[in-house]
Amino acid sequence: MKIFSKALILTIALGLAACTNGDRFGAGGGAGDGYGAGANGGVSGGILPGSANDPRSPAYFNQTVGDRVLFAVDQSTLSAQAQATLDGQAQWLMTNNDYLAVIEGHADEQGTREYNIALGARRANATMEYLISKGIAPNRLRFVSYGKERPVEVCAEEACYAKNRRAVTVISMGMGS
Amino acid sequence: MSKSAATIRASRPASGFVGGVSHRYAKSDEGRNVPQGKRFGMKQLMALCLALLAAVALPAATQAQGGPLRIEITEGTIEPMAYAVPDFVAETPGASQYAQQLARVVADDLTGTGLFREIPREAHISRVTSFEAPVQFTDWRTVNALVLLTGSVAEQGGRITVKFRVWDVFAGTELGQGMQFAATADGWRRLAHKVADQVYMRLTGESGYFDSRVVFVSESGPKDKRAKRLAIMDYDGANVQYLTDSRSIVLAPRFSPNGDRVLYTSYQTGEPRVHILNVGSVQSQILPNASGVMSFAPRFSPDGSKVVYSVTTGSNTDIYLMDIAGGAPRQLTFTPSIDTAPSFSPDGSRIVFESDRSGAQQLYIMPVGGGEPTRISFGQGRYGTPVWSPRGDLIAFTKQLSGRFHIGVMRTDGSEERLLTASPLDEGPTWAPNGRVIMFSRETLGAQGTSSLYSVDVAGRKLTRVRTPDGGSDPAWGPLQ
Repeated sequence: MKIFSKALILTIALGLAACTNGDRFGAGGGAGDGYGAGANGGVSGGILPGSANDPRSPAYFNQTVGDRVLFAVDQSTLSAQAQATLDGQAQWLMTNNDYLAVIEGHADEQGTREYNIALGARRANATMEYLISKGIAPNRLRFVSYGKERPVEVCAEEACYAKNRRAVTVISMGMGS
Repeated sequence: MSKSAATIRASRPASGFVGGVSHRYAKSDEGRNVPQGKRFGMKQLMALCLALLAAVALPAATQAQGGPLRIEITEGTIEPMAYAVPDFVAETPGASQYAQQLARVVADDLTGTGLFREIPREAHISRVTSFEAPVQFTDWRTVNALVLLTGSVAEQGGRITVKFRVWDVFAGTELGQGMQFAATADGWRRLAHKVADQVYMRLTGESGYFDSRVVFVSESGPKDKRAKRLAIMDYDGANVQYLTDSRSIVLAPRFSPNGDRVLYTSYQTGEPRVHILNVGSVQSQILPNASGVMSFAPRFSPDGSKVVYSVTTGSNTDIYLMDIAGGAPRQLTFTPSIDTAPSFSPDGSRIVFESDRSGAQQLYIMPVGGGEPTRISFGQGRYGTPVWSPRGDLIAFTKQLSGRFHIGVMRTDGSEERLLTASPLDEGPTWAPNGRVIMFSRETLGAQGTSSLYSVDVAGRKLTRVRTPDGGSDPAWGPLQ
């Protein structure tokens, strides 16, 4: 298990380094969760299992399906674009049913700390409820809110704030696998 | 951590302060209270008031209906009262290192209130070289000092003893009686704060706030990799000690009424959960029995026996109340909205909190026993993080309006709203134990943004940055020690 964890950490590091839209807080879920992201070395000549080209890989989920949805200011309503992303997430989770997901809700810094924790929870919960409505078993999903504690962008402009108002679906291996 | 605990205990001896009992000094009841009879009498206050008016023709606002000289702390504009505090007289060789520092800490305390203005030492004519020698009032009148503070310090066997006297310069009389305090050497700053608290009380008629501590979140690192840990400090930023490491996000610590425990929110388990920490032992644990996976925004009841906090279930956040001793938590709010940031009234009968049940964050008050909340905020913008003043008269809050954040106060019925600060991101007010000063966090925006602690008096006159080694946020002011 220890070696397995180390390997995972390494692959996470590699995976994140390879991510073009790398979530600097992507690995912030519960300690001990496994992340199956594989190294995306950009190697040509066939699909590397676990790489972003492997449709069964979390890297594929993060990059191609899209691991996050964004929200309007002070809102937790899912836009049409967000719903399309979540449809893809649901489909992926249906196919890869040995994975669990933690949905992390976040807010931009334009709000008070406690309120933003509750607002992030609304966003994460709306995301989770949508996935459940698409047939994902509730016991594969849980959510947590980080409020404004973990921004991915730090500028004080709407372009950054918009990316921080997010719910990120973080994939992890299930207990049995 | 255990080392840190030992340091705290060593620097905070419960009986570290003893009242002077020599015939020349008033007994100080462990340094906490000036006996009623020794208080600055009405007659003396009148005399000083008259002298004041004759001397500098103060604005009418300070006259306070012909009453005693009572610096009106809530008034918008007043002329700070001029005072002088020469270096204390060192009575033993080992005390000389403290003689100047004590006077400087006292001066920082007094000037920091905005109520007092120090006559700079360069202007002094008299040099005080003996604590017992008669005061040269003429010299102090010449430099326009209305109040003179003299002190002495002695060191023996690792203990420091400070004596002080307060003088009404124009009347040529002593205000109250001389007192003395003693502590171990590492508590010398507390001695200065105790002196300043006494001076404050004699000149304002209210208890001070200088010998108090603040628990807060120490912040370091950039905004997207911010490391947070709980820390405790003197109210002026000195003597910072850390209570947790930065492995987990920690938020919004809150002191128990007597300062022995701290409630806070930690992500140690992966979710935000209410924790309780013993300040003496620096041991913490998840608050037992707190319901819900996500619990946060805790605060003690005024008697320290209960905790009010928020629990998130699905998209809904409600307020719960629980006994620390045990028993099932009781749900206090039931709407499908965000109800959070609860704070008790000082008598423990009511709770002010924020809710977006009307569509946006507003402030509400409800009885502790349950019942329909009453909305109290109706101005433009959004209102959050309400905190009831220890005096019971005001509620401090964070207000968001047109992209700016303000710390403000309003009466408990929502009237007389006043905004005390403005910046791109101010939040999280906490009251000084006497209800006259508010500390809060101010975050600067952008990639280089950092969070710092500030204090402002309730009149909004004196905004002061509280210097901490790293960044700081979420301050909570503890009791007067």
